[in-house]
Amino acid sequence: MTEHREVVDERRPPEGETGGGAPVTVAGSAPATPAAPARRRPAAGPGPARVRALPSVTTVIVAASAYLVAFVFVFPYLVMILTALRPQEELRQATFLPTTFAWSNFTNFWTGGLAQNLGVTLQVAAGSTVLVLLVALPAAYYTARHAFRGRTAFLVLVLITQMFQPTAMLVGIYREFFQLGLVDTVWSLILVNGGFNLAFAVWILNAYFSSIPRELEEAAFIDGNGRFGALFRVTLPLAMPGVVTALIFTFIAAWNEFVVALTLTTTPSGQPLTVALNSFIGQYQVDWQNLFAGSVIATIPVIILFALIERKVVGGLTAGSIK
Amino acid sequence: MQQTFTPGRVVRALAPLAWIGPAVALIAVVVVWPVVVMVQSSFLKISRFGVVQGSNGFDNYTKLFAEPDFGGVMARSLLWVVAVVGLTVTLSLGLAQLFDQRFPGRRFARWALIAPWAASVLMTSIIFKWMLDPEVGLINMIRRHLGLLDALGGADADPLGNAATAMPWLVFVAVFVSLPFTTYALLAGLSAIPPDVYEAARMDGASRLRTYWSVTLPLLRPALVVATLINVMNVFNSFPIIWAMTHGQPGYSTATSTVFMYILKGSDIGESAAMSVVNFGMVIVLTIVFLRVSKWRAEVS
Repeated sequence: MTEHREVVDERRPPEGETGGGAPVTVAGSAPATPAAPARRRPAAGPGPARVRALPSVTTVIVAASAYLVAFVFVFPYLVMILTALRPQEELRQATFLPTTFAWSNFTNFWTGGLAQNLGVTLQVAAGSTVLVLLVALPAAYYTARHAFRGRTAFLVLVLITQMFQPTAMLVGIYREFFQLGLVDTVWSLILVNGGFNLAFAVWILNAYFSSIPRELEEAAFIDGNGRFGALFRVTLPLAMPGVVTALIFTFIAAWNEFVVALTLTTTPSGQPLTVALNSFIGQYQVDWQNLFAGSVIATIPVIILFALIERKVVGGLTAGSIK
Repeated sequence: MQQTFTPGRVVRALAPLAWIGPAVALIAVVVVWPVVVMVQSSFLKISRFGVVQGSNGFDNYTKLFAEPDFGGVMARSLLWVVAVVGLTVTLSLGLAQLFDQRFPGRRFARWALIAPWAASVLMTSIIFKWMLDPEVGLINMIRRHLGLLDALGGADADPLGNAATAMPWLVFVAVFVSLPFTTYALLAGLSAIPPDVYEAARMDGASRLRTYWSVTLPLLRPALVVATLINVMNVFNSFPIIWAMTHGQPGYSTATSTVFMYILKGSDIGESAAMSVVNFGMVIVLTIVFLRVSKWRAEVS
């Protein structure tokens, strides 16, 4: 790829000049001119006519490949949507596209049994999110503001839990909740999802609180707000982007969770949507379209929600190791 | 410790506990205690219905190691991790380079990349299984149109029904869902490289390939190490892909250790716990080995 682009670069200048007459400015095309590694070159550089030109051949090739890759990545989800819109009688037909779109699949979903499973998923995701918020917020705030004995030990413990995944200790989780009598309840799922997503929330919140100057809070405190008033009126609003990221991330992780729910829930109506949809597949049921309508409902909103926090997630997951 | 316990001192000593206590408690209950229970269970004789029937010594382990499929499962798990992580990291290096270029609509193209990361891995696996359906699967229809497949519905049209073709498809889906995070982590690493380093390389007359090899890659190392480590963890523990697409079948031919553990749970919880402990040990060993190797590399350079 890199070599290929080099060849293109060498050929580029004459082509760029032929197209240079048109006064078209394409945002972002300029820095991709031949000296791309140097990023921005001063306007008085050796190639005077090049800066404002049609998109260069390199840019076109780069953009085309990127769009192609992007298409590949959304392709399965487009197939998911198209399948969900197939009329029931066409589901087992080998055609690329349905003859008509059956929007009723989505309305029928709510009367089918899977709507109940969606309800369980919502409870688990919302419950875990609240739990993480209640537990991570004070811990992250305190470790960011105070030096105390065991602070490092606590942060290391959190970092280690981020490395662990419930799959590896499934039998332990099952036996523990069996002993506690919490198997097949929403509470067990809320606890496990909360516990395994705590690390991400603590890390990202800790980073946000640390970045807010202590003086701001002190000033509010002196102004007569009290410790908690200062925290709620000054620090928390400033840390809001971090809080939102932690909440959305936990919500999505709990929403998508499969293995723990597969292990801990046995009653079909008490299973979250992921488990219910998976058990759907094994059976030769007629109402396949419910499966795909359910998949779309379970997938598309989450992808959109995730796009909101995408920028902050990488930093939280890699816990500051990429600077 | 001959200090006097004034109320103020006690409050100050307990203050961290009030703020951090709930977090520690949650980690203890959900993460630490299951490990203890898991190790305990691996030495117990437990019925299929969860009733403890007394100590079992090392019998669970001997039974596990004597399973005819055990060796194959372990070898496959290792191969699975190496193949998926290797392919993911290599492809991500290219994708990160591509999405680091400036081009119109880059923001939207990057958003599209998020989809498999945000979506549930299970849903993605289900849709791939559907696209590989022997009778109506889109991938099979495309293969048919390209002349790669004689007829729909037959054994040839069922790549997941055959171990030799199922495994590559499972690896493909695993790589597909691992690429977004890895690419994003590498993009973050790329954007952290100061532009003047490239400027200096250009002054020295280094070619683009040379610049990438001796400037970009070394500076990308921290991002690469963390991304690889997180991937190793995720892929080793990856269960939904195989479970949704093949259930580890035919036979145990597509089962990795986590899938094997889950299947064992249905017949012998003690043996399943022993498998979990082995699994857990491997996760820890993998992490340590990986950290050692990367540290050693750092010292050499």
